[in-house]
Amino acid sequence: MLAVNYLNKSFGGLQANQNINFEVAEGEILGVIGPNGAGKSTLFDLVTGFEKPDSGDVLFLGKSILGLRPDQINRLGIGRTFQKLKPFPQMTVEENVMVGLMQHVSQMNEAREEAHRYLEFVGLIDKMSVYAHGLSTGQRKRLELARAMASRPKLLLLDEVTGGVDQKTVPELVSLVERLRTEGTTVVLIEHNMKVLMSLADHVVALHLGQQIAYGRPQEIQAHKQVIESYLGASYA
Amino acid sequence: MVTEGSDTRIVTPRRLGGRIPLILLSVAALVFPWVFEDAHTQHVLIMIFIYGLMALGWNIIAGYCGQISLGQAIFFGIGAYSTSFLFANFGITPWIGMLFGVAVSLVVAVGIGLPTLRLRGHYFAIATLVIGEITQTIFINWEYVGGATGIWIPIVWDDPWYTFQFHDSKIPTYYIGLAFLTGGLAFTYWMERSKLGLYFRAIRDEPDAASSLGVNLGRYKLLAFMIAATFASLAGSQFAQYILVIDPDTVFPLLLSILIVLMTMLGGLGQIWGPVVGAAVLLPISEATRIYFGGQGGAEDLMIYGFLIVIISVFYPRGLFGLIERLIKRRDNAGS
Repeated sequence: MLAVNYLNKSFGGLQANQNINFEVAEGEILGVIGPNGAGKSTLFDLVTGFEKPDSGDVLFLGKSILGLRPDQINRLGIGRTFQKLKPFPQMTVEENVMVGLMQHVSQMNEAREEAHRYLEFVGLIDKMSVYAHGLSTGQRKRLELARAMASRPKLLLLDEVTGGVDQKTVPELVSLVERLRTEGTTVVLIEHNMKVLMSLADHVVALHLGQQIAYGRPQEIQAHKQVIESYLGASYA
Repeated sequence: MVTEGSDTRIVTPRRLGGRIPLILLSVAALVFPWVFEDAHTQHVLIMIFIYGLMALGWNIIAGYCGQISLGQAIFFGIGAYSTSFLFANFGITPWIGMLFGVAVSLVVAVGIGLPTLRLRGHYFAIATLVIGEITQTIFINWEYVGGATGIWIPIVWDDPWYTFQFHDSKIPTYYIGLAFLTGGLAFTYWMERSKLGLYFRAIRDEPDAASSLGVNLGRYKLLAFMIAATFASLAGSQFAQYILVIDPDTVFPLLLSILIVLMTMLGGLGQIWGPVVGAAVLLPISEATRIYFGGQGGAEDLMIYGFLIVIISVFYPRGLFGLIERLIKRRDNAGS
């Protein structure tokens, strides 16, 4: 479904992504791991058109999406959430979700009804009339998920969906991602919580200082020497 | 962080007291010129309608779509010049001139908007401010349209509806202004509840998130700018036909663009009624200071505007309309 071919991106002297190369098959969940500054969010920005790569290519359903704007990429079927949450604060929760839907439905009432289904899915239906700025962090994460789902993506990029939320909320968010897969959405997931990642991902890409240091099944990644080094230091490897 | 118990619910029209205040306001606006027959009071209301319409347009590009334009006087001036020039030189009815003005304004809005709406933050505001100043300078030096002296519209007593000149009474001008303002309000009301309004507010709140959800930022920002230009152009045409003498200093000044900003911010940015409330407060102050200080006066009205804006920004960031909402909420809470 998605092929990232030798992507390179630098900001001044900083090499944010270097020869990143992997594929995501339809229906799978791919995890992306790496310490802070590894280039994970930059990778998402490159795939979704927010940044232009210096070289390399991104293919979605066999066609290059390089040079397209983020809105064009979304309309092709790639949705995303942001690490730094970006709700529409002066809009209600219901309206936030409707924005994603309006490219598919023409009537506001139809969009409203469908938005309720997504809000039911993420457990925010009782908050639909609340302004988004009034939500807690966990609720905002759910809202971002519902909003991204509402644009009906074939591929969903989730940036730290469990980051910054309380431990009670983590299993609920994990089960939401699992449900996404069962409903046929392909997912690429940036995640720091290794327990979460190991339980969800079919494959994992590990980044360190902008370089791809490993790609494989979760168990292989867990035992990978370089991955252990980058997370825990050389003495633990 | 707002807790779950905080009152962050939206204020619906029902919570604002339903349709009754709107019906009462409409009736009051319709009977006003028959109750208050003095020309000065009617003049102030006409100016509120004209500037209110222009401010409604600015509210769409800035209040709803989040793009601060400081060059709205460009379109006000184009509207004013279009009707005046076509009538003075070719005898074309100002109603056609008004449509011509809108067409020219839309072309100019696209010409300005395509390169400048790519700019983020304050850069768009600075660009529109500079283009506004350039436009004024061009018209001052453009002899074909009257140069610095502008255009004196020939006074015609016959067929007032064709010439858009009402010399016997201000009442027709009053109702024309009211009709245009009502049209502007109705459009804003419709827009706020449509896909257009949803996209505008999404762009204002978080452009990156809007873009990631399929919203074409360039297209919708340009659309908002074109709507604002249309409103300003229509207001400019009405102004020219009401005053009958226009020049670049009257219809293109930066001060006019700033005045519209102040009105909207005072009334409530991104609120349907905000620009009208702001115009209804600021224009009487302007008229009062003009009469009180006469030729000796300078910028007293601006000093008062400035003071009001500071007070409103500090205590009621959502403007006077936000204050009204707050008072109604308080009344509701006390009643429950």
